[in-house]
Amino acid sequence: MRYTAFLATVAASALTAGVALAAEGDTLAQVKQRGVLNCGVNTGLVGFAAPDANGNWSGFDIAICKAVAAAVLGDPSKVKYIPTTGQTRFTALTSGEVDVLARNSTWTFQRDTDLKMDFAGVNYYDGQGFMVRKDLGVSSATELDGATICIQTGTSTELNLADWFKANNMTYQPVNIDSNAEGEQQYMAGACDAYTTDASGLAATRAAFADPDNHVILPEIISKEPLGPATRHGDNNWTDIVRWTLYALVSAEEYGVTSANLDELSRSSTNPDVQRMLGTIDDYGTMLGLDKEWAKRAIAASGNYGEIFAANIGEQTPIGLPRGLNALWTQGGLMYAMPFR
Amino acid sequence: MSEVHAETVPFVRDTMLPSAAPPARQSGAVLWLRENLFSGPLNILLTLAGLAALWALVSHLWPWFGHAVWNASSIGECRQIIAERYGQGAGGACFAIIRERWNQFIFGFYPAEHYWRPTAVFGLMMFAVAPILFSESRRLRWTVLAVSAVASFAACVALGAPGRALLAVGAGFVALAALIEYAPRRALAFSVLYPFLAVWMLWGGSFWGPVAVLAGFALALAIWRLGARFGAGLLGLALGVAAAVWWWAALGPRVAADLQGLMPLALAPVESRSFGGFLLALTIGVSGIVMSLPLGIILALARQSNLPVVRTLAVMFIEFIRGVPLITLLFVASILLNYFLPPGTNFDIILRVIIMVTLFAAAYMAEVIRGGLAALPRGQYEGADSLGLTYWQAQRLIILPQALKISIPGIVGTFIGVFKDTTLVTFVGLFDPLKQMADTIRATFAWKGAYWEPYIFTGTIFFILCFAMSRYAMYLERRLKTDHR
Repeated sequence: MRYTAFLATVAASALTAGVALAAEGDTLAQVKQRGVLNCGVNTGLVGFAAPDANGNWSGFDIAICKAVAAAVLGDPSKVKYIPTTGQTRFTALTSGEVDVLARNSTWTFQRDTDLKMDFAGVNYYDGQGFMVRKDLGVSSATELDGATICIQTGTSTELNLADWFKANNMTYQPVNIDSNAEGEQQYMAGACDAYTTDASGLAATRAAFADPDNHVILPEIISKEPLGPATRHGDNNWTDIVRWTLYALVSAEEYGVTSANLDELSRSSTNPDVQRMLGTIDDYGTMLGLDKEWAKRAIAASGNYGEIFAANIGEQTPIGLPRGLNALWTQGGLMYAMPFR
Repeated sequence: MSEVHAETVPFVRDTMLPSAAPPARQSGAVLWLRENLFSGPLNILLTLAGLAALWALVSHLWPWFGHAVWNASSIGECRQIIAERYGQGAGGACFAIIRERWNQFIFGFYPAEHYWRPTAVFGLMMFAVAPILFSESRRLRWTVLAVSAVASFAACVALGAPGRALLAVGAGFVALAALIEYAPRRALAFSVLYPFLAVWMLWGGSFWGPVAVLAGFALALAIWRLGARFGAGLLGLALGVAAAVWWWAALGPRVAADLQGLMPLALAPVESRSFGGFLLALTIGVSGIVMSLPLGIILALARQSNLPVVRTLAVMFIEFIRGVPLITLLFVASILLNYFLPPGTNFDIILRVIIMVTLFAAAYMAEVIRGGLAALPRGQYEGADSLGLTYWQAQRLIILPQALKISIPGIVGTFIGVFKDTTLVTFVGLFDPLKQMADTIRATFAWKGAYWEPYIFTGTIFFILCFAMSRYAMYLERRLKTDHR
């Protein structure tokens, strides 16, 4: 008992001291001096972050790391990917091990305030859904009263599930699982009637089944999961860099700037927003501590937001996610970049 | 008389009849079956039930293994091939994931052009351990050395090692073989130096870094010896340790840098983050095993010491470490330490994990060895004292050889446990072969859904390695058996 009390005291004091120390640093200067961006990523999530047979990472979140590295260091390949687990991700950021955390992390009140992080924006609007076998004859999640449900422990989805069933006056039997792979296996083996996780994950899982047609994803989305890149609380300039890199990617799609016509538009575009973003007129880069062409390089890294979406998780890929909420605001979605002015 | 007899009796047998075969029901397989499987109604029932269970298992698993596909680029392609060959709806294993991602299961994200380095380190490890593990049997020693040398050299060639490296590795193997054959005691020096060589080859960087670290140890040893000659035992040890720390902190790095300037000898550095798969499991496992044994012995002796401070510290350490799950220690190493260290310090994550695994294993090892020490009759200790041996002489010559021999099964049990526990590093974001590496490979859409194949593959390799350790322990027990029970 005394041991634990002692340890807890030591840990708590070290935590506050460590956070204070880590927050003092100037991340931009550190990254420039190091010459490489330390990017915290998922240890592996289909479509968002995965290494190929040669160990090269790719995915929707990886593209954010590359864009930031291109903007800051001038080279999208100057990224060190640091795989983090659900438990280690936030401490990796607050302790200074990573500069930016692009690891499909939900922007929540507690994480923003209590955990001392800043969210630079949202790069994917996700939400929790359910998948069931078609022969169960269920067409809505409200019919799942009394069902057994496979649920990953220690995630926000677990809490959402409890909240939603309580709010709808229904009961369920949880089957606790540790990882997506295990969840799929349990669901396939019939250990649970329904499998719940983020809708993007459900779509990827369903697409990977041998018999995707025998499974349906129910229409209800029971939670808001805005996923975005996070930075340490207190280094506002660095957060600005990540935020505006993300906005540059979204704005580029809105203004029709793609990796193909980037060079041409930076010379010939007459849209002042595009001109300012690409550094043709004015010098917005220095306000961030970068150079004029930072956004141009960020867009050149893997294309604009739409291109990144289409290449990694869009409808042309096997995962086949529709744009949905992640369409531009002009097309009925929520992707809205603040003006370059 | 005999002649008379010969006339009166028509036939006398003068040779023995060859013994006839026993009745069919009393010999061979029939007898074995009757005695072991069908000796009574209950056993008949159990045998039939066992056979039914076996049949159910095999008949369900066989199609899955029998339909295995080894050549495909994705699990979808596997399913297609199986459907074409065995009809729609047939299940089957997709071991193509092992084939395509073999390198990642073995080396993790280690750079491909340097795969030969861990391979050569593994071959050299056999040369470092063979003089110790197989010191009695020349035939066994040479079989082990020949197989591992040829295999790792061939693997180095296949993995595209540069010519100079091949030359160095080959020459090293030959020189070490000669050393072990003609000067076996000298060969032990290589066993001591090997860890430094292995660290250099695995992590790369300047050759003079590990040399400087080694020089620190040599400095401490020299001062201690010198002090002992002038009768300052503990003081000499303390001075030696202080000198070594000063060397490592202040002078060593500069000397290493100067030497690197004079005689450049360096390998491309590889980061700890790149380690994964069985390379990671073996690096952590072997380091933990090798360091936990001496540490465990010291702790066990300390726990039995007459000095109250030493004893109390040993008891506290052992009980604290044993009372905490390994995962807690790993979390401390990976997360909590970051807060204690000043920001920007780069305390290697694998080194942290190795330290924690070693401490954990040492605590268990200490208790195993304490059991061996307790099993020795009091007379052995008193006999040593009556011979006028000092404490350390008595331990070295009389007590420990017997105590360690008694503890072999427990020691090897701890070793096997440590090696398997290395898979727990998955919780601190390292790529262990069992879970994290497999999960990461499954994060590529092509392999999403290949669940059992990586587990079966990794489990098989772990079984082979652990079974080998356990067989070696049995061999060692037979070899060291001096009683005549």
